[in-house]
Amino acid sequence: MSDREEFTPRSKKKSQISEILKRLLMNHAAVVGMLIMLILIFAAIFADYVAPYSYEQQNLNEMFARPSLKHLFGTDNFGRDIFSRVIYGARISLFIGLTSVVLGCISGGALGAIAAYYGGRADNIIMRVLDVMNSIPNLLLAISLSASMGAGVGNAMIAIGITSIPIYARVVRAAVMTVKEQEYIEAARVLGVSNRRIILRHILPNSLAPIIVQASLGIAGAIITTASLSFIGLGVVPPTPEWGGMLSAGRQYIRNHWHMVTFPGLAIMITVMSFNLFGDGLRDALDPRLKR
Amino acid sequence: MLSIRELYIHYITDEGIVKAVNGVSFDVQEGETVGLVGETGAGKTTTALGVMRLVPNPPGRIISGDILLNGESLLGLTEAQMRKIRGEKIAMIFQDPMTSLNPVLTVGDQIAEVVRFHNKKTSRADAFKKAAEMLGTVGIDPDRMDEYPHQFSGGMKQRVGIAIALTCNPGLLIADEPTTALDVTIQAQVLNLMVKLKKEFNTSMLLITHDLGVVADVCDKVAIMYAGEIVEFGAVPDVYRNTGHPYTIGLFGSIPDVKKKVKRLSPIQGLMPDPVDLPAGCSFEPRCQVATAECKTLKPRVGEISPGHMVKCTHHWREANHGHSS
Repeated sequence: MSDREEFTPRSKKKSQISEILKRLLMNHAAVVGMLIMLILIFAAIFADYVAPYSYEQQNLNEMFARPSLKHLFGTDNFGRDIFSRVIYGARISLFIGLTSVVLGCISGGALGAIAAYYGGRADNIIMRVLDVMNSIPNLLLAISLSASMGAGVGNAMIAIGITSIPIYARVVRAAVMTVKEQEYIEAARVLGVSNRRIILRHILPNSLAPIIVQASLGIAGAIITTASLSFIGLGVVPPTPEWGGMLSAGRQYIRNHWHMVTFPGLAIMITVMSFNLFGDGLRDALDPRLKR
Repeated sequence: MLSIRELYIHYITDEGIVKAVNGVSFDVQEGETVGLVGETGAGKTTTALGVMRLVPNPPGRIISGDILLNGESLLGLTEAQMRKIRGEKIAMIFQDPMTSLNPVLTVGDQIAEVVRFHNKKTSRADAFKKAAEMLGTVGIDPDRMDEYPHQFSGGMKQRVGIAIALTCNPGLLIADEPTTALDVTIQAQVLNLMVKLKKEFNTSMLLITHDLGVVADVCDKVAIMYAGEIVEFGAVPDVYRNTGHPYTIGLFGSIPDVKKKVKRLSPIQGLMPDPVDLPAGCSFEPRCQVATAECKTLKPRVGEISPGHMVKCTHHWREANHGHSS
């Protein structure tokens, strides 16, 4: 008996996810995005094995080498292999992108859920404060935050995470507002379930779809912001390879050595595109109205 | 068991004060089933939510009165104490089983949650065992407890709702139109199940419904509600055979009778008064066939026309008190 009990819930839960996955896989753009994403994630995790050179190994004999079989993307002003640096850069970008989104999502989500669930004064106070944050352009807010905290991976992450709080709070608030009116929430209340438990167990799982979509799109935004911060020297500090930082370093050589900026730029573009494609596909897959 | 005393619940809105429940008093005795009958908007659900202390606030407010459960006032309890009462002492079955179950949790999870919430020491395994047992009690194969609500039919979902409500063996079960969303054959099944389980668990029940037929089947007593007031209350045979209030008479007149051949039913003329702007006298006066001039101004009082059979109508009050006073 216990065997079957262990087994059945898993098979049922899987069927729901596999349904969504099936719809996602029918969307070709999303599949392309997902593939690129998976390759990037793989490269980021196994950078030590994938990259032909170390990211900080200098070779002054081979400064500004053009792309060749030896150096696929050429070398930079210190003779470092750009291909390897782009791969290591994926690690930094994805890491910052993911963690800042998780940070923003959790804190923004909590604020949004509280605002929507309790409504009234709590809602007003939280949302007005977030409105103030929202009125400052995102990039400007990230710049001022990391300028005040100093450069570095951790600070960039926090700065970008904080910047995204209002967006997630809004998305979660809207989702929770619709779910909390459902009768099963009232039913839970009638059964004496506490507010905290109702929010965590009954409301949030039912409002997850828009949050997941916003998060997957948000990673793309976070990666761009990271690159922008590093470009102006506020994000990740050299020699840590970061795409924005590499762009910034290659800027002064752009006239003679196009490859120094082209490849990091392409990396940013492709990564952001893949997350956007995937996010769009996910949104369609999670939308029950588009069910076929 | 449950005793509601002079309960007033108002919704305070921008358009005015909606007087949803106006001085409702009645009792539900141990093991008894009381039907609460009335039109849409008569205040039935608000009364039930009031007992649960779940009237949405704002805009809803319990203005005055008292609700006693086993002699203890529910209105004085803190929110935390109230949570212990809900589910454990008073449980509720909802109108629409399609929407009253959480779509992302398995039904087993939802029953087990209630078990564990009210009995913190219960282990996960025990809670699920209890959930399986409860599903068996309401006639669902316990093997199906790992399925999600959308995999069940409407009638089965309502059974799950009943299982959840009865899990903690509550003393009072409030059923808010539990069969309205079901088709007729399933209605009978679900009602029979509820009656059977009510006896098994020795639960009192407050059954909210529009359906006088259901009341005759299931209830011991019936309260007829109109515009937030109870206009007639009594044992089912008394109210059905010796109907007192003109509104109740009107309700019975609106039911088709298979034995008689009539061209038209005789419905009650007019509409319920706007709860923002209730008549000064009797609320039913504008629609009443037997209204007299004094009904326009005089608030009706409750008269006991036979033991335990109360009618809130000026005429009946006079009749009932006639023998005593003169």
